[in-house]
Amino acid sequence: MHRDMSVKEAERKIAEKSMNIQPRVKVSATNLNFFYGKLQALHDVSLDMEENRVTALIGPSGCGKSTFLRTLNRMNETIPGTRLEGTVTLDGRNIYREFDEPSQIRTRVGMVFQKSNPFPKSIYENVAYGLRVNGIKEKHLIDQVVEESLKRAALWEEVKDKLDHSAFMLSGGQQQRLCIARALAVRPEVILMDEPASALDPISTSRIEDLIAELKNSFTIVIVTHNMQQAARVSDYTAFFFEGQLIEAGETQQMFTRPGIKKTEDYITGRFG
Amino acid sequence: MRELKFKPKSKLREFLGEKFIAVNAMVALIAILLIFVFIFKEALPVFTDPEVQEEASVGKMLFKQEYYEGRDPKFSWQPNSEVPKFSLYPLFLGTIKAALIAMLVAIPLGVGSAIYSSEFAGRRTREIIKPAIEMLAAIPSVVLGFFALMILATFLQDTFGLLFRLNAINAGIALGLAVVPIIFTVAEDAMTSVPRELRDAAIALGANPWQVSITMVLPAAMPGIAAGIVLGFGRAVGETMIVLMASGNAAIVSGSFVESIRTFSATIAAELAEVVFGDTHYTVLFFIGSLLFIFTFIINLAGDMILDRLKHRLQGKTR
Amino acid sequence: MATRAFVTDNPAPVETLSFRPKSSGVIPRGLTFLAVLLILLILAIIMGSIVWGGAGVVSWDFLSSPPEDGMEAGGVFPAIFGTVALVLLMVIAVVPIGVLTAIFMQEYTTPDSRFTRLIRVAINNLAGVPSIVFGLFGMGFFIAFVGGGLDTLFFSNSDGPVWGQPAIIWAALTLALLTLPVVIVSTEEALKTIPRELKEASYALGGTRLQTIWRVIVPQAMPGIFTGAILAISRGAGEVAPIMFTGAAYYLPYLPTKLNDQFMELGYHIYVMATQSPDIEKTKPILFGTVLVLLLLTFALNSVAVVIRSRMRKSRADAS
Ligand SMILES: Nc1ncnc2c1ncn2[C@@H]1O[C@H](COP(=O)(O)OP(=O)(O)OP(=O)(O)O)[C@@H](O)[C@H]1O
Ligand SMILES: [Mg+2]
Repeated sequence: MHRDMSVKEAERKIAEKSMNIQPRVKVSATNLNFFYGKLQALHDVSLDMEENRVTALIGPSGCGKSTFLRTLNRMNETIPGTRLEGTVTLDGRNIYREFDEPSQIRTRVGMVFQKSNPFPKSIYENVAYGLRVNGIKEKHLIDQVVEESLKRAALWEEVKDKLDHSAFMLSGGQQQRLCIARALAVRPEVILMDEPASALDPISTSRIEDLIAELKNSFTIVIVTHNMQQAARVSDYTAFFFEGQLIEAGETQQMFTRPGIKKTEDYITGRFG
Repeated sequence: MRELKFKPKSKLREFLGEKFIAVNAMVALIAILLIFVFIFKEALPVFTDPEVQEEASVGKMLFKQEYYEGRDPKFSWQPNSEVPKFSLYPLFLGTIKAALIAMLVAIPLGVGSAIYSSEFAGRRTREIIKPAIEMLAAIPSVVLGFFALMILATFLQDTFGLLFRLNAINAGIALGLAVVPIIFTVAEDAMTSVPRELRDAAIALGANPWQVSITMVLPAAMPGIAAGIVLGFGRAVGETMIVLMASGNAAIVSGSFVESIRTFSATIAAELAEVVFGDTHYTVLFFIGSLLFIFTFIINLAGDMILDRLKHRLQGKTR
Repeated sequence: MATRAFVTDNPAPVETLSFRPKSSGVIPRGLTFLAVLLILLILAIIMGSIVWGGAGVVSWDFLSSPPEDGMEAGGVFPAIFGTVALVLLMVIAVVPIGVLTAIFMQEYTTPDSRFTRLIRVAINNLAGVPSIVFGLFGMGFFIAFVGGGLDTLFFSNSDGPVWGQPAIIWAALTLALLTLPVVIVSTEEALKTIPRELKEASYALGGTRLQTIWRVIVPQAMPGIFTGAILAISRGAGEVAPIMFTGAAYYLPYLPTKLNDQFMELGYHIYVMATQSPDIEKTKPILFGTVLVLLLLTFALNSVAVVIRSRMRKSRADAS
């Protein structure tokens, strides 16, 4: 299956090259400093994330990966006493300045969390939630989007007969795919994933990885992971964080074979972290 | 170096101490059992003693009776009349009426303020709301009864031109004030225990803070709110002093909420002092006590069960 | 308003989703705030009217002298005395039992054992039993069964009942059962916050479980125990239904000095004056004064409990 993917992947890259499609920068962070009260969690971080690519954020625990991720959809603003300096742009527009409401950003930049966190509602209502809170009322439209999202999250076949069952009836892996479907339903352009598979068994993990490979055809994906193999498998670009700083970022292939900085190499080869 | 000699530990003391603690822990359990036994023991003649049944069999307490020959059968509670009448229906009606009004007052106030405190209030405001609710909870029910009797009743009568000063609405409102803290506490607890991750997920889908509260937190905490309402209802039915002082204590069969009522609990409080130990009236009062006990017991079990399941549900476990 | 379409090879037909701008949420905010305002308003009215009616009456004289002229004059000293005596007796009974129960629940059993669950159910249910049922129970159990039993065993040749009659001890024990859950819950809350390391340190030094409980756990839980006791007192001081038939009296010319004496009590005093006074207009000032005294007493006790509790929480939060 993985081989299959990488063949497809290679074909796609060749096709893109032959059609001369330049990957476009979708999300761009510039000179980010982030503070939890007095604690500075990010130091002058700048990183571009390209469309239809997977960018992996790696680094030891507490280095600021989640913090960085949450600045990209303004989730950081939900924590009182925090402060951000620098800019984040989506398609060139500053997400902190040029939008009236954070919710407008969050429907365009979706998020999947480490621990699967379905709402205590039915499977259907979980996926429909984002539509409802954004003012979609038409039943047929919601039906359609729910089905479509579950299909894209590769969950439809498993749940299509029990859409009204509680989401907690699902297994851990299924719950996480439900959370992905839920995020897809509002049709985001970017999907942020914070260690989406860290709590799952190997089989569920590989299904999520396949899903990510599939989804990147339509989305910009940024994923935090502690698993180096996973980063190598799913991502096109990798960014290495250490103590709140972005140490090195580049093509995954290159980062994992010829890292430019000693610290990156040490981390990737498991010498610390 | 001299050796330290540790005293051997007394195994016996350890054993006895442990047993002593365990025995004490059983007091609550024993108390519930004893309450059950002693209340029911005194009520038992209703089922066994023909002399008591003559006036107050279960059937006589439940159904219309023809107390005087040739007159229409009716429900009547007149235990001290020449022909003692022990129909529970007027008391049941009074209890339900008072509890109904109480819930009409307490649910919006309790749930509403719980939502505000948990979801919308800043830290400052919350530091006003919570002590205020604790203060309300700390007001002894005899004081609430006093307030309803001396001040609220006059106000209601003057404002709405009521015929009876003490009535179901007056008692119900005061009763509602006693129920508000119960509903508030349980409901607020349920809402604040909705995990951060769920709120984050909703926010990440583009929900505004108030939408998170109303469309996600509130439904998720609904079992807890329901439990609060159930427990509050139990309190409304069992509460004594407020209704005793504020309801007028007339055992009338009527659908009107502006007439006086008499509740189960107030009946016990008002009449137990004047009964003869062991006679029919005494037995019936204990029978009423048994009903109250069973009712609140079931209510409490149900409330606990709902809260237990909510806890599991919010932790994301199946069912 | 954002408009967006999928660019996809997905079989599902694609439509455009147009999100609508959100309302500001003034309605849920406003409605729930209204509930808060109403509660505060009602509280203010209750407090205000009682203070208004009673403040002029409460004086040292009022607090220290007995009622006169069928309660139309004089003070409330016997009722205060009776209330204090009552809750003291109650506390002596309820605190040791409540604390030991809490220790058992937290330190000796796993929360899932069947026995613990049974006790938990009992505690929760005890807290929900209507207070008038406690009154019935006090009458049937303490007075008739225990007191009557004592009388037949030891006082069979005395003229009237000695223990088998309403008395302050029976009222206090009835109240002790009613307030037992309060003490248990408060103590448990304190026990839960004691860091595990502290207990483990004691065990590691060779302390037995009993020693650990006595030397480490109980001293640490002291603020919680104290809070529980005060909350129990405040609750007990306000309850009338359970003591109506178990020991409280309308009027007594003497103060209770023995365990089997009857007593006057503030709450009961209020009830009697409010409902059985021949001339309510004459009794009114004294009535308001008495209510104010009871209210101040319960609030003062509660505030002390709240302060201790929040200190306790804060110091724990700082420590961890
Ligand atoms: N809500 C918060 N309040 C205060 N400090 C925080 C908060 N969240 C994170 N931090 C701190 O910010 C720093 C970065 O945390 P962050 O969660 O971004 O790390 P991470 O790289 O995601 O780690 P992990 O791999 O363990 O998830 C850490 O020092 C952490 O303690
Ligand atoms: Mg993280």
